[in-house]
Formats: sequence, C-alpha cells, structure tokens
Amino acid sequence: MLQVTDLRCARGGVPVLERISFTLQPGDALILRGPNGVGKTTLLRTLAGLQPALSGTYDYAEGAGAYASHADGIKLALTVRENLTFWAQVHGRSVPDSAYDTFDLGDLRDRMAGTLSAGQKRRVGLARLAVIGRRVLFLDEPTVSLDGFSVRMFADWMRDHHLGQGGCAVIATHIDLGLDAPTLDLTPHIAAADADGGSDEAFL
Amino acid sequence: MIALLLRDLRLSIRAGGGFGLGLAFFLIVVVLVPFGVGPDRAVLTPIAPGILWVAALLAALLSLDRIFALDFEDGSLPLLATAPIPLEGVALVKAVSHWITTGLPLTFAAPLLGFFLNMAPEAYLWLLASLALGTPALSMIGTFGAALTVGLRRGGLLLSLLVLPLYIPTLIFGAEAVRRGADATGAIAPLMLSGAITLGCLALLPFATAATLRINLR
Repeated sequence: MLQVTDLRCARGGVPVLERISFTLQPGDALILRGPNGVGKTTLLRTLAGLQPALSGTYDYAEGAGAYASHADGIKLALTVRENLTFWAQVHGRSVPDSAYDTFDLGDLRDRMAGTLSAGQKRRVGLARLAVIGRRVLFLDEPTVSLDGFSVRMFADWMRDHHLGQGGCAVIATHIDLGLDAPTLDLTPHIAAADADGGSDEAFL
Repeated sequence: MIALLLRDLRLSIRAGGGFGLGLAFFLIVVVLVPFGVGPDRAVLTPIAPGILWVAALLAALLSLDRIFALDFEDGSLPLLATAPIPLEGVALVKAVSHWITTGLPLTFAAPLLGFFLNMAPEAYLWLLASLALGTPALSMIGTFGAALTVGLRRGGLLLSLLVLPLYIPTLIFGAEAVRRGADATGAIAPLMLSGAITLGCLALLPFATAATLRINLR
C-alpha cells in the first residue's frame, strides 16, 4: 500500500536522512522515533508530497495520502462543525455524526474553535482525519497537548476504524500509543554531514 | 472549490476577518481629499478619476497580505496543498474571494464617493465599468504577490513593493477610461486594454501563484 525505497530527504538544502526503506500493507502502521531534529517532520512532509525527495522513491495510490502537522488547520473564527464540514467538502465527502462521537466533540460542535482549549483543538484536528477518508496517513506528533484519555481515544480510532478498515499510517510520536506497530528509529539513518546534492533552492 | 470560497467569505465577515477594511480606507481617503486640496470645483473635477482609482488601488493593496498568511499560520495551506483540489484552483478561489470582499464593494462605493469630488456626470458609468473590469486584475496580481511572500515575517512591505509596479498598467488604463469618459473622447479603447490585462491575469496568474506556493511550502 505504501512502499518506500532508499529515500533521501533534505530540509532547507541540507540532507538530513538517507537509506529509508520500508513497506506497509493495508492495516499496518509504522512509528517513527528519534531525537528532536532528526528529520521526522522532513520525512513525513516528503512522503506527503510537500517537498521533493533528493533520491529514492515512494509509492502509494494517487490521492490516497493525507498529512497532519503540528498545526491543525483549524480556523478559530469558525465553529467545530463548520471546520470539519469544510475539510470534508474539500475532499468531496460529508461529516458522519460518528466522527463527533469518536473524538468526544458532540457537545462542542457549535462552539467557535477559538474558544476551545489546545487539547480540544487537537481533537478537532484529528477528527479531520476521520472525515476526509484518506487511506494513507502521515501524522506528525498527533498526540501533542492531548490528555491520557484522549490519547487512548485516538489510539482506539486508529486501531479500530483506520487500520482495522485497511488504512495505513506513518506516525511520528514520542509516546506509546499502545498500537501493535513496528518502530523505525531514524538515528541510524542520519545523512552524512558532508553529503552533497542537498540544494533544493528553487531559483538557483 | 465552492466550499473553499464559501469558507473564505464566511471568515472575512466573522470577527477579525477584515471585510470592510479596504472599503473604510477608500472612504477615508476620498473624503479627506477635498479637505486637502480645497473645495474648488475647477480643481476637484479633473482630478476626481485619478484620486478614485489611486484610492481604490491602495485599498485593494491593504488586505493582500492576509490572503495566504492566515492559512499559512494555522497550517491550512499544506493541508490544502495535499487535498484533491488543484493548487491552481486554490489560487483562483483566493483571488476571487479577495475580489468579492474588496474589489466588488469598491466598485459600487466609488460612484457614491465620486459625488464628494464633484466628478463630471458623464463619468459615473465609466467609473463603474472601469473598476468592475480593472479590480479583478488587482486581486489576481495581489494573490500572486501574496504567494511570493507567504511565510516571510513582516512580508507586507515587500509585497507592496513587488505588486505596485504590476498595478500601474491597470491604474493608467482605468483612470484614463474614466477621464476620457468625462470629456467624451473615446473611453472604449483604454477600457478594453484594462479588460485585456484582467483576462491575461486570469488566464496565467493562477498557474504562477500555484507554482510559487509549491516552492514556498517546501
């Protein structure tokens, strides 16, 4: 479903990771680990197609991937319902009521997103993943500012609804989500300091 | 794409959305001019088309930096870039929503404000037509400039410097159409040139804007 072969990626013109290879079948997840700055975000952005890889290939069905970063993409001047409906419509879908229940947003759906706490906003951001219906998810620290209960809620959704229904996910996280998933430690994959070919400047 | 347009319009009328900012600026400038140059009709009438066009142009410039900056800050932009709508479509929708929130109200407010400047009565229709044809180009060019400076801290000044030279042809032909309309010396030619600029921008700039966004999102 997702195949990555000998991928090298760079951030700001400096190669950060190399020799990344893995394969995910439907229902598989991969946990990325490594110290801050090792290149977890860079790898996820590269896989999501936001920046070009230096070399190597990655392959998944066209239009199947979705990316979620530290920022949630939630508009503070819109209600929770308007936010989720917007993202669903952009992907040509509608918002099922179960999406609110899964992420415990039922009582919040008509609140302005600007009045939510950081953890509640994060839950809206995660609920976005449930409404857009993408099969291959690239998640960057999805549990930041979530409490323990919400982390379990997210892990349950991931296990039962996403992976359980044939999706797959690459998740960068520092905490244990309780998923039955292999871990990829990125530390051995740090690119050599003098590696060349890193310049991705558009105007050179 | 319709969903994106509706969201942007809804955001612009919500708190802090900036709808009316350009319109208020336009109103203030045009109302202040007669105080500055004096109420002499012989002075005001000939400068009215130019003042109205310059004020409309600056008013359109005022809200440009918000076009992509807000979506960049809250992380919506990379999510839109990976969504199934093409980035060219996003660029076009952003320009259209900017035009609806600034260019369109300016077009309808301008004839009312022409009254303050004692504009020649024959010129009103031409003013309406030239703004309706010219302001879409301002929004398209401005969206391109906003895409170039997205992600820069305090990119507003750079944005103005980049965009203002590109606004000049539209300004020249727009104001010229109104001036010629006032003394009935053939306003059609400048009006058509202004429309040609708008159509050219509409055809080309969404692609340039999308390419710029892709580079800036890396």
